[in-house]
Amino acid sequence: MKTKIATLVVGAVMAAAPAMADLVFPSLSYRTGPYAAGGIPFADGYADYFTLLNERDGGIGGVPVKLMECETGYNTQKGVECYEATKGEGALVYQPLSTGITYQLIPKATADDIPIHSMGYGRTSAANGKIFSHVFNYPGNYWNGASGAINYLLETNGDDIKGKKVALVYHNSAYGKEPIRTLEELTKKHGFELTLLPVDHPGQEQKSQWLQIRREKPDYVLMWGWGVMNQVAIQEAANIRFPMENFIGIWWSGAEHDVLPAGDKANGYKALTFHNVGRDFPIFEDIQKHVVDLGKAAGAGDQVGNVLYNRGMYAAMLAAEAAKTAQEIHGTGDITASQMRDGMEALSMDEAKMTELGMPNFGPAFNVSCENHGGPGLVGVTQWDAGSQTWSMISGFKPTDAEVIGSLIMEDSGAYAAENSISEGCS
Amino acid sequence: MFYREAGDYKTTYAGDSQTFPIKFDRYRYYLILLIGFAVIPFLINDYWVNAIFLPFLIYSIAAIGLNILVGYCGQVSLGTGGFMAVGAYACYKLMTSFPEVNIFFHVLIAGGITAVVGVLFGLPSLRIKGFYLAVATLAAQFFLVWLFNRVPWFYNYSASGQISAPERTLFGIEVTGANTTAWAPYLFCLVILTLSAIVARNLTRGMQGRQWMAIRDMDIAAEIIGVSPLKAKLSAFAVSSFFVGVAGALFFSVYLGAVEVGEAFGISQSFLVLFMIIIGGLGSIFGSFAGAAFLVMMPVLLKNVLVGVLGWPTDLAAHLEFLIVGALIVTFLILEPHGLAQLWRVAKEKLRLWPFPH
Repeated sequence: MKTKIATLVVGAVMAAAPAMADLVFPSLSYRTGPYAAGGIPFADGYADYFTLLNERDGGIGGVPVKLMECETGYNTQKGVECYEATKGEGALVYQPLSTGITYQLIPKATADDIPIHSMGYGRTSAANGKIFSHVFNYPGNYWNGASGAINYLLETNGDDIKGKKVALVYHNSAYGKEPIRTLEELTKKHGFELTLLPVDHPGQEQKSQWLQIRREKPDYVLMWGWGVMNQVAIQEAANIRFPMENFIGIWWSGAEHDVLPAGDKANGYKALTFHNVGRDFPIFEDIQKHVVDLGKAAGAGDQVGNVLYNRGMYAAMLAAEAAKTAQEIHGTGDITASQMRDGMEALSMDEAKMTELGMPNFGPAFNVSCENHGGPGLVGVTQWDAGSQTWSMISGFKPTDAEVIGSLIMEDSGAYAAENSISEGCS
Repeated sequence: MFYREAGDYKTTYAGDSQTFPIKFDRYRYYLILLIGFAVIPFLINDYWVNAIFLPFLIYSIAAIGLNILVGYCGQVSLGTGGFMAVGAYACYKLMTSFPEVNIFFHVLIAGGITAVVGVLFGLPSLRIKGFYLAVATLAAQFFLVWLFNRVPWFYNYSASGQISAPERTLFGIEVTGANTTAWAPYLFCLVILTLSAIVARNLTRGMQGRQWMAIRDMDIAAEIIGVSPLKAKLSAFAVSSFFVGVAGALFFSVYLGAVEVGEAFGISQSFLVLFMIIIGGLGSIFGSFAGAAFLVMMPVLLKNVLVGVLGWPTDLAAHLEFLIVGALIVTFLILEPHGLAQLWRVAKEKLRLWPFPH
């Protein structure tokens, strides 16, 4: 009982003091736990971009940004706690960076009228804005990723991969299972063979999977991994001397910390992406000047320019641009979560805008609409150069198989709508 | 002074054998029930329900269940997470297959299904004990998680393997899904917890409980005085799994709303519930509550103090939280190996003598 009373008292202190007249962006980050290696650079990039906006421009449209970080440890229970703790502070948009937490927040946030931006993760069929009014996953989703990988294989094989063997090494969870349906549809269309190799959480033990790859000798290996699973897989691939240029990871399996442990043997490993990589953008000068040099960088400040740092920064940039759009639509600086949702739905990114922001060609140009919350689904390919220790894009943002993905999205979102009796919007 | 049995005369057997024979205890119990049912529902908001009360209530049910098996019957089990998963998936299948049936019955039936599965995995306990049984139940944990991940029928063939709870009502008020008002799921879980605690308390202090305790204390002696190990052990597995299954069903349908078996019901869940009953006190219903409260609230409290009040970086606070909770557990177990329930017993003993100690 005493603990309970003490908690009540502390909680009451905490619940008081609401922040007014700030744009609140919660960051459900994970700097601890088995997936921290990926969570830290993303959270740093997300935080640094908002710090930059505050320091350089005085916020978004003159209203300062308040970033509320909450540690989830990639754990859904803690994610719930974080959501409830930040929602009362006027949170504008949630980016949980976890498939499990996203699934959980989809109905909750919709009921609370707060948008979710699951950029390149979460529930793929949320691209159907008619059913998922508050969930956005632009500019690309897992099914685009699966199709993008196959398209890349088609391109490098002269449009014919009939009879080729493709193995999918995936995290045995909701996240890893996402591409299977799409890949199965694509096997019918293009006539390649698919082998499924699940790896259980957290993914340190992959000997049997790679033994099977060694025995069956697939032509290509695709990977849906996250956290320590990526490093282990790349190391194992190197151990069985699997040709790295035939090993393609999803965008969550292609960061510096995934390939560095394998050293030179990781040279040539490829990964998909929906945004550009590297430090060769004018925005990094601003970040250096207004954030890092002032000692305001998030975390240890050593992640600037990493793949996942760029992704966090890109997510923050899209959120900030959506907030700007919302401010224009509603003619007020201090927008609410509901207005933020309108801004996200009206978001339009083009090359001129990105250049103006100091991020030319950083991501694809796209428009969000009420029906399409998923963007165009353009997918690029990056490759690791172990010599210079850099990722570089070897294939620009290219379209994916909209026909196959579109019908799968309709099917899955339709099932969700039927299960939860949701009627279609956007009429 | 206040807390004593002197002068509290009983004139009936029923009065003498009630759960709380001491008047002060009884009134305290009524007061807590009153606060729980009539005060808290008016005060809580979404944060309190989802971050504190729902996990506390649901873990209390699971801890009561595990305490019957481990604390009362002496059969060590590491399969709690797996059995919670059985409850959750049974509840999900029932909710989606029979949407017209009341959610309350779904939860109870889910508990019943878990009881059957529990008995099945309890069969090895007739031949093996102690650490060996712990390993056998560990197998149940891994097998069940693997099963729910592997067989698509359990998650209705959804693309991702996630199960999510549809909206269900009780007397026209939503208790699951996203559109609930804070008090409804709270009261729903509180009612089930209260019923569970009353049933468990009366089971454990009756003949059944005495049989379980006899088996725990010395199984050969128990068999000689006429306790059937088969019935006692399997009934302990059944009753324990029933409560754990109910907790799993609530954990999925009311608290989280969407779960993935490996993440929500992994081995760490089994250990968490086991820690709850060890810290709370083995063989005590109050201990189950105390342990659940300690392990649910401590991390939230620490997080709010370190990040909210002191403004520390979130990662530092998260690491420190592990350290502090771990240190507290070790300290507690050194100072009071019988858990929080024993501390409470000692406190009551002191109160009884106060203000004239010997």
